[in-house]
Amino acid sequence: MSPQDAAQPLMGSTVPPIQAVNDFVVKFANVNGSGSASANQLFAKAILRMGIPVTPRNIFPSNIQGLPTWYEMRISDKGHMGAREGVDLMVAMNPQTWDEDVKSIRPGGYLFYDNTKPLPASKFRADITVVGMPLTSFTNAAYAVPRERQLFKNIIYVGALSALINIDPKVIEDLLAEQFRGRDKLIAANHKALHMGRDYALAHLPCPLGLQLAASDKVGDRIFIDGNAAAALGALYGGATVCAWYPITPSSSLAEAFTRYCERYRKDKETGKKRYAIVQAEDELASIGMVIGAGWNGARAFTATSGPGISLMSEFIGLSYFAEIPAVIFDVQRSGPSTGMPTRTQQSDIKICAYASHGDTKHPLLLPEDPNECFQFGALSMDLADRLQTTVFVVLDLEIGMNERLTAPLQWDDSRKLDRGKVMTSDELQAGKVFGRYLDVDGDAIPYRTYPGTHPTKGGYFTRGTSRDEFARYTEAGDAYQRNMERLLKKWDTAKTLMPKAVRTDAAAPTKLGVIYYGSTSPAIPEALELIAEQTGASLNQLRLRAFPFGPEVEEFVDAHDTIFVVEQNRDAQMRMLLINELECNPKKLVRVLHYNGAPITAEFIARGIAAHINPTPVREAAE
Amino acid sequence: MTYLPKPKLAHPELQKNDLGYTRRDYEGSISTLCAGCGHDSISAAIIRACYELSLPPHRIAKLSGIGCSSKTPTYFLGNSHGFNSVHGRMPSVLTGANLANRELIYLGVSGDGDSASIGFGQFSHSIRRGVNMTYIVENNGVYGLTKGQFSATADRGAKNKRGVENMDEAIDMVGIAIQLGATYVARSFSGDKNQLVPLIKGALQHNGAAFIDTISPCVMFNNHEGSTKSYDYVREHNEAVNFMDVVTGREEITVDYEPGTTEIVRQHNGGLLKLRKLANDYDVTDRVAAMNFLETRKARGEIVTGLLYVDPDAEDLHGYLETAEKPFNALTDEELVPGAAALAKLNASLR
Repeated sequence: MSPQDAAQPLMGSTVPPIQAVNDFVVKFANVNGSGSASANQLFAKAILRMGIPVTPRNIFPSNIQGLPTWYEMRISDKGHMGAREGVDLMVAMNPQTWDEDVKSIRPGGYLFYDNTKPLPASKFRADITVVGMPLTSFTNAAYAVPRERQLFKNIIYVGALSALINIDPKVIEDLLAEQFRGRDKLIAANHKALHMGRDYALAHLPCPLGLQLAASDKVGDRIFIDGNAAAALGALYGGATVCAWYPITPSSSLAEAFTRYCERYRKDKETGKKRYAIVQAEDELASIGMVIGAGWNGARAFTATSGPGISLMSEFIGLSYFAEIPAVIFDVQRSGPSTGMPTRTQQSDIKICAYASHGDTKHPLLLPEDPNECFQFGALSMDLADRLQTTVFVVLDLEIGMNERLTAPLQWDDSRKLDRGKVMTSDELQAGKVFGRYLDVDGDAIPYRTYPGTHPTKGGYFTRGTSRDEFARYTEAGDAYQRNMERLLKKWDTAKTLMPKAVRTDAAAPTKLGVIYYGSTSPAIPEALELIAEQTGASLNQLRLRAFPFGPEVEEFVDAHDTIFVVEQNRDAQMRMLLINELECNPKKLVRVLHYNGAPITAEFIARGIAAHINPTPVREAAE
Repeated sequence: MTYLPKPKLAHPELQKNDLGYTRRDYEGSISTLCAGCGHDSISAAIIRACYELSLPPHRIAKLSGIGCSSKTPTYFLGNSHGFNSVHGRMPSVLTGANLANRELIYLGVSGDGDSASIGFGQFSHSIRRGVNMTYIVENNGVYGLTKGQFSATADRGAKNKRGVENMDEAIDMVGIAIQLGATYVARSFSGDKNQLVPLIKGALQHNGAAFIDTISPCVMFNNHEGSTKSYDYVREHNEAVNFMDVVTGREEITVDYEPGTTEIVRQHNGGLLKLRKLANDYDVTDRVAAMNFLETRKARGEIVTGLLYVDPDAEDLHGYLETAEKPFNALTDEELVPGAAALAKLNASLR
């Protein structure tokens, strides 16, 4: 390769170019605010429409315009949805990040870039295939308006790429027509730009590259939705009527999706009046206060927030625990502590969610692995909060919440009834049923409550965060306080029977090795286990946690294995901490595999961590 | 044990209101506050106001924060649901409760520490939102339960019990409430039941955010020489702009006053406020004039009391949000859950 070649459309690679069909990673490097997100999404959707599973990830800064942003697509006919290390095709549209973008390409990989301005040879690598297209000059020649230049440039490169890696242009045309339905001019303009790019590539670029797409049937009936939207739908189906929230990345889109779905599904058809109330509060303290007020008064209510919000809400969460008031918090985790990396993912709120607030407290957590479970757990959380009369957390993270994912279609059983928990009615009170707000009458430690305004003379009580007796009368008597605290512990045991069970998958052959994981780590696990088997010959039994408190199946799993790898995305092994604390198991059995740089965990990372422990001097290095 | 049930000794000849309730039916447990505490007078005024308006006690929800004032909901409306929440956070809890069931009457009781210091934000935003509530601040200028520290409503120059002077500017809660869009704003004095009871009645009948700042001397920590929240000081500086009567629909309105000195304001829900003007030309529906008047009189060292501002046709949060009439906590599964068919359709749009 010589400097003068740099401006040429194609430079050859010194290593054999990667050849792959339906199994590679494409990454777009863009500048945020340039309109690239919708073009990139179009690209991903087109691949899905060809029946090929694709998992996109939006990597973005805490900024609105001008900083680097990436959109990474894992294309995998095998269905691997975890992030993968290395890039096969880099679409480098951002000079700011050029060096690191070029560096991230795997040997034999491909670089697509805008060669309007020549770059010195030192800016390239010899072991990759470089494909240049004069995108800027080409677009500027075709469009005069600056905004058009920016937007259509994105569609033009989608067109060029469609020729390079073989995306059916008809599929993209259809998607554009759906996106701009009713705006025919816009559709025509986009179609034109798409074909301009495509025609240029066919005429001037080395189509096709070694990376190829071929129509497949691996998507099935799965849908493509982000976890926040699915969780919001879950809340809607779970009967939530009050949403109080304060904007915070990466949770804002959950409340916004709830607003959208309520507009569509929750308006009275005759009057247009709303069977929901959404309040953007002044802060997280007010958000959770409103949720607790609504829950106290019998409405299903939730807030959506992230780590900093949980810190602020902690006092109220303790009130909910002690005064026994239903509330639901969707915590979409990001990298902490403090403001941390607000647009990067992590599983670092596990500890605070489990034990938030001063005094002795613990709270049920639901840990969805994908959008489908976000929906299921979103609905379930409302039932659990009412049943257990406490705060229930649905713990997502940015990776699940803000990225669209292929997931099983959402399902609802119309015969399902919302479980409102133990609420004493006016008739029961009138009939003389004894009402003690904190009286355990059924032996499950869950007392009855009444909604305010139920009966003229019976069932009224005073809710407080101070100590009281079984009939909600204020007391500072130590024995009454202790009785109540012990009942709350007993209620925790009841909670264990109501939470979703952990999912166990055993290896083909018996093994004393196990792996425990949860949430957004899930998609990387099957692939990691394949790599471990390849590298070490070992196989592991798996346990995916879906909730806290842990059910007996978790204790059984821990007891049945000699070494258990606990894979998490935080520094301090927070779930391991909960396992040791709650199960009182031998900490030495639980080996930490921790990933916390803000990027989603990869199969390679997990495999390296586990393989190194199983076989400290690996027979052969992992292919890298 | 601090819980003291009040003996149920109902006198057979106790008067009953239109609903057949006696005054006793609106009472709560025996107060555990200090003897002579202004807050107890406010509790008594609340009891009388609810009794006289014939409100069904169980249809009132009483909420408070933390502090002496926030303890008082135990001492009135014993058959009502009460909620003694978190310090400074009563407004958000009340807002959520109100969203869940718009049919109840919401009474928020708070103090100056609770609402002007730790909860100043929540106080402000609940007012801004127009939550339909009666928000009473029992204002004594000090933290009573922690033994006498200044609160944010203590006047600059006021002295505490040990003679230390407060150097911080005071927050004038009625001024703030008017500025933030409260639609019924009054100030009163716990020592003036004749003024306070009608003001509470008017607030309970008001649709929207009603705020009453009630100066309520703390006999233990702020009733000394040099205090500007003592009984003596408030009596000396109290300047009422009007005297109000609340007329319920059944009473005949008799005009037996000089024209121009009395004004009738009809609130949205039909309740009538009969105002006898004490300050000339004070128009209770003129928000800007009210703010101006308050500032002018404050500069003169007067404590202006009475109904200071009212928008009789105010809208509330439910109105702004366009929520359905039926309380959310009574909605059926069918009214809440869109069902499997809607979900199948949605799935189809996500492929």
